Amino acid sequence: MTMLKEGRPTAPQAVTETASIPATATGNRALMLEEALIFEIGSTDTTGVDLADAPKVESRLGNLARADSIGLPGLSEQETVRHYTRLSRQNYAIDLGLFPLGSCTMKHNPRLNEKVARMPGFADLHPLSPQSTVQGALAVIHELAEWLVKLTGMHSVAMSPKAGAHGELCGLLAIRAALEARGDARSVILVPESAHGTNPATAAFCGYKVEDIPATPDGRVDRAALKARLGPDVAAVMITNPNTCGLFERDMKTISEAVHAAGAFVYCDGANFNAIVGRVRPGDLGVDAMHINLHKTFSTPHGGGGPGSGPVVLSQALTPFAPLPFVERQGDKFVLIEEETADEHHAASFGRMVAFHGQMGMFTRALTYILSHGADGLRQVASDAVLNANYILRSLDDVLDAPFGSSGPCMHEALFSDKGLAEGFTTLDIAKGLIDEGFHPMTMYFPLVVHGAMLVEPTETESKAALDQFILALRSLAGRAKAGDEALKGAPYFAPRRRLDETLAARKPVLTWTEPTQAEAAE
Amino acid sequence: MSRYFTDEHEWIDVEGEIATVGITDYAQEQLGDIVFVELPAEGTTFEKGDDAAVVESVKAASDVYAPISGEVVETNGALEDEPALVNSDAEEDGWFFKLRVTDASELEGLMNDAAYKKFVASL
Repeated sequence: MTMLKEGRPTAPQAVTETASIPATATGNRALMLEEALIFEIGSTDTTGVDLADAPKVESRLGNLARADSIGLPGLSEQETVRHYTRLSRQNYAIDLGLFPLGSCTMKHNPRLNEKVARMPGFADLHPLSPQSTVQGALAVIHELAEWLVKLTGMHSVAMSPKAGAHGELCGLLAIRAALEARGDARSVILVPESAHGTNPATAAFCGYKVEDIPATPDGRVDRAALKARLGPDVAAVMITNPNTCGLFERDMKTISEAVHAAGAFVYCDGANFNAIVGRVRPGDLGVDAMHINLHKTFSTPHGGGGPGSGPVVLSQALTPFAPLPFVERQGDKFVLIEEETADEHHAASFGRMVAFHGQMGMFTRALTYILSHGADGLRQVASDAVLNANYILRSLDDVLDAPFGSSGPCMHEALFSDKGLAEGFTTLDIAKGLIDEGFHPMTMYFPLVVHGAMLVEPTETESKAALDQFILALRSLAGRAKAGDEALKGAPYFAPRRRLDETLAARKPVLTWTEPTQAEAAE
Repeated sequence: MSRYFTDEHEWIDVEGEIATVGITDYAQEQLGDIVFVELPAEGTTFEKGDDAAVVESVKAASDVYAPISGEVVETNGALEDEPALVNSDAEEDGWFFKLRVTDASELEGLMNDAAYKKFVASL
């Protein structure tokens, strides 16, 4: 019998020095590939398309002829494909793992939504197509509008706003139009500390003066302070409910009554509607306007995965001032109303928010999600979102400080502070550690009412197994930060780049790429 | 010259009718590395408590309030190029703006050095 004596070893050999990982010549680390900027690879001689040489003609441009290169990167098709594929592998996505960013959270985007949105009857429409040829699309907008009005218990809905903050703008413009219509210009908008950060920005953008209303020690709006501040100069109060401390504003109805009695309007930030959908109707709480983030509550893609969409539901008082256009059912056909009408709807519209009708691709996805869940399924969405957040809260409140942990169950978000970490250890260290553990970090340092806040929103689409993995990672990091494990301050170790100098990046941002020769000459 | 402090962590030096305003050393330490300072335009008038400037750190953007009413007569342009001055020297070179004081009696409600130190210790 012949014996193969030479060959490759079949068992791993013991390596004595396991601590030091050798550097590679290319900078690549197996499947983690280094990638230069697109301007730094390729050359202008390379191209992905074959074009005939330009005919040789005498230039008549004179001294206007371009002297330098145009500076566009030249890459072959394969180089281009590899460049973007390599970059995409350095990114984190909802299809890779849990994305616990409170408030801006992404949840699973069901593939059925994508299938429906890609149907040629929806995907290939032109917004200027004759209405008789797009009855199906108009029917989708109308049916989604009916669902949103029904789920919120409101009077009407403006479908066109293109994201949450755009929806806030829409609501405030309607409020301003309503106030102006009664000859009552007011100048102040009250925003509680427990509201989303976009609320004061929107109010200021609309030209209002913003005043804070403090939060109570249990993380809710200070009702007495709010009532004390109401007066003839207050146009509206913007309340986030459930709020950004992850708590339900229990006094919403009495707050609304006080606000209305003072002649002002109630704007509700509905970004967190997924925690109460099917269980609470904002219309019953006295809300006048509320945006709904379709990309959150109704599972449409978000955060680079697709545009947002922020329809705004309105009370009867604000309905006449809603933006155009809107879809109306007339007998057995659907009509896109683009001018003010004498009817109650849009009788005194404040104008348009967008050129066409809003995010059609998101409407098809959101309606698909609603119809595939049904009313009972949506009710369960809210229950599961709250259950998952409470599971996170109670699985970690023995190792992390939960400032509102004694205020009762949280809603869809679990909030922790940096209290109890070892001297010199911060929320940032835990967030960077999470990157090494393979998770996108949670929202940090917001809301401002909590020191070193860590805001975790798991959403209803995560399984218990996925939550347990995340809890395992966060427990380990909390333990290391409390024990003062210096190695944690160096995290992330396994990301494409190590910890960045955020101060330098903010003080001296480099926003454009310049050719090295020019950059050197400039120095 | 006398120095006063607010419970919003601004300091204010008053010399005649001109008051110099900045944020305290305690405030810069809490904010962390300052990366941007937005100053008011000269000639702007403020009521006591108005938003007067914005200071942005890597953590957050915060409003700086006018500790008393007045008209802005000068701003510290050096902060635009070197916001780090607020970190290195908050209570001297890191000043924000100077006001022509409208109503000196508004100073009465503010804290002196000892009272502010006590206030910070209580936080």
